[in-house]
Amino acid sequence: MQVTETKEFKPKIVAFCCNWCSYAGADLAGTNRLNYPADVKIIRVPCSCRVNPMFILRAFQRGADGVILCGCHPGDCHYTTGNYFTRRRMALLFSMLDYLGIEKERTRVEWVSAAEGAKFAETMNSFVEAVTKLGENKRLGDLRCKVK
Amino acid sequence: MQSEMIRRAKELLADGTVNRVIGWKAGEFDYDITPAVFTCPEQLDEGFLYNDFCQANVSKYLIKESRKEGKILAFLKPCDTYSFNQLIKEHRIWRDNVYVIGVPCDGKVDVDTVKQKGLQGILSMQCDGQTVTAQTLYGEEKFDKADSMSDRCLNCKSKKHVAYDELMGEEGEVLDSHRFDMVEKIEAMSSEERFNFWRGELSRCIRCNACRNVCPACTCEKCVFDNDASGIAQKAAADSFEENMFHIIRAFHVASRCTDCGECSRVCPQNIPLHLLNRKFIKDINEFYGEYQAGEDTTTRPPLQAYTTGDVEPSIVYQKGGNN
Amino acid sequence: MLSLAIAKLNDFFAALAAKETLYLPVDNDAGQAQYKKWAEGDTLSQALNTVRSAKDFFFPQTENLVDFKVDGKKIEVIDPRSESEDFVVFGVRACDARSFTILDKVFLADPVDSYYKSRREHGTIITMACTKPEETCFCTLFDIDATNPEGDVRSWMTGDRVYFEAITEKGTALLDSMKDLLTDSDDSAVESQKAETKKILEKLPFGKLKMDEFKGENLLKLFDSPKWASLSEACLGCGTCTFVCPTCQCYDIRDFDTGHGIKRFRCWDSCMYSDFTRMAHGNPRLTQLERFRQRFMHKLVYFPSNNDGEYGCVGCGRCLAKCPIHMNIVKVIKTLGVEQ
Repeated sequence: MQVTETKEFKPKIVAFCCNWCSYAGADLAGTNRLNYPADVKIIRVPCSCRVNPMFILRAFQRGADGVILCGCHPGDCHYTTGNYFTRRRMALLFSMLDYLGIEKERTRVEWVSAAEGAKFAETMNSFVEAVTKLGENKRLGDLRCKVK
Repeated sequence: MQSEMIRRAKELLADGTVNRVIGWKAGEFDYDITPAVFTCPEQLDEGFLYNDFCQANVSKYLIKESRKEGKILAFLKPCDTYSFNQLIKEHRIWRDNVYVIGVPCDGKVDVDTVKQKGLQGILSMQCDGQTVTAQTLYGEEKFDKADSMSDRCLNCKSKKHVAYDELMGEEGEVLDSHRFDMVEKIEAMSSEERFNFWRGELSRCIRCNACRNVCPACTCEKCVFDNDASGIAQKAAADSFEENMFHIIRAFHVASRCTDCGECSRVCPQNIPLHLLNRKFIKDINEFYGEYQAGEDTTTRPPLQAYTTGDVEPSIVYQKGGNN
Repeated sequence: MLSLAIAKLNDFFAALAAKETLYLPVDNDAGQAQYKKWAEGDTLSQALNTVRSAKDFFFPQTENLVDFKVDGKKIEVIDPRSESEDFVVFGVRACDARSFTILDKVFLADPVDSYYKSRREHGTIITMACTKPEETCFCTLFDIDATNPEGDVRSWMTGDRVYFEAITEKGTALLDSMKDLLTDSDDSAVESQKAETKKILEKLPFGKLKMDEFKGENLLKLFDSPKWASLSEACLGCGTCTFVCPTCQCYDIRDFDTGHGIKRFRCWDSCMYSDFTRMAHGNPRLTQLERFRQRFMHKLVYFPSNNDGEYGCVGCGRCLAKCPIHMNIVKVIKTLGVEQ
């Protein structure tokens, strides 16, 4: 029997989720049996503002095709103001990446609360779809990290 | 102006107001000027210089100098005073130990720009108002000063001194400059054009760190790129990613604190227009969070250390960002 | 002497490139010269010299030394070297050509650096005589004749012709393989160009600095000189001088974790950096004064003491042109070169 290999592009997605809202949201999506692609790898962070712009770049270096950052809704931050800073930082960082010609659709910030399991799954589905459309990240990867 | 400055410096040294003077020292030619500290009147007579080639911003040296014994006299050009103020705001300079005299600046002649225009073997250069006369190994050349200035002076943001104890000459104004024109031009390119543009520029980087070390906003005691424990320490860009990363992160670390003094682009041996990265952040900050000029005062919070509950969402980039 | 019309230079490049990889200085986007692999359409830069020196060809800024492939508990050691092809570098100036001799003394001395050696063996250098030196040039100080450079083949561009002369066996072989394009001609044009250039070289402001003080016997005296303080005062501690220098040869070796293995690479390092030669106990040179002094003591005292009086500088003037604060070896020589 011959197995034909289909070379469908599967994006690697890194999702930074804050411990208090978005990670719990992801949990809820799971317990509710909601589907979202297994290509999304979640990294739990204490707060979305823990995410240094360096983390996002490092994810791309190590082969991510898209990076999404999820936190509590503005005003609901467990640490009161963390995500307000995230909001400013990421707006500037994404704008800079875009300025350097790196596709802006590869980066996203979404506010997902602990009660929004459905929103989490929806967000991931739409993000994976967007990144799949863009294809492999060639502009901000590190050739040395590619598995040959 | 130079003799007036030396006279005043000598007075302040003599009456004990200060015990050192920081300024610019003559080199082998008229244009290879080194920042220097002078401690006595003889040294001032011997080497102190202020002319159309004194490009270096001496504010950063005051971090160390202001921590030493006694007060230091600093001559600051308008754009240097912005860096000075920013460093005061960040508690890096001890204000009480510095006596600032603001000196006027009508834009400086950039030797690299002159050489780029094909002038070779420059033995001396004099600037007389709007004309520069150069004596070279191959004869005399005259050209317009405007043709020999770098972008930062052609698009000067301000002739106003924002910090001083004493002023020499007339006070200038904040100017309406065209400093964001090039940023807008790049934004208007397609994503691929932008990518190719920046790859072309950044691939020339030799990671000499001159941009970082000269930058008055880069004052960390230990830079993340020198810190092995950071996981991103590197001495050379072995991959295009590392070239991008260094410059994105460096620009990000000074975002909202960068006064746009343009030293980074001046010192780059490979002529990479690094100021265009900083100006992108400044332009975005102005558009997203309201006009802000770093170093204008010593009290307001830099936009990246502040927030409002009604800030724009990062998704603004999808609507506003450059073309695809 | 063999020669070729300048108009035919492109054919010469094409013929060379057909045989082996050819590098030459071309103008980049920033309007400065840099070495580039020749491709149809590239024209030789008119600039006196490139921003980065030609040492890159033998001692590149980063170089993969060895790879480790990790698979469970098995580690495979892989030699990633692939440079076994011959290459030609065209348009090297006399100063850079001399820098290779200096680098050879470091990398070809025992223990031989096999990475460097292999590149040296595979590379052929075609040098070109200078005609319009800059004010920053001071090669004459180190007895380098810019009108008659070293290398495998030397060349002169004058009037509408390029003249070639083979120096080494490798060079003779290269010119032999090109003889269809070259014609025999007399060397009067070359001689008159040499005389013209020599007149300008005579006028170079730093061509005759006093170097008598820089010798091994004066090591301690120079090392302890109080003048280093003012010389190094404004130094930013960047690596510009080191990285544009054709003779600086310090490097660091680092491991890069690729996620599925390790790449060990070496990259240029600068004695001006705060983390240079840092060891477990810390850094032996704690202040910028010490680092600054190290660079110039190495070039002017330590290196000549170990290498029959050959200075670690070729007078190319790159550091004079590129230092952000315009502090440079000439100012150091002038300040310390006078009787202490």
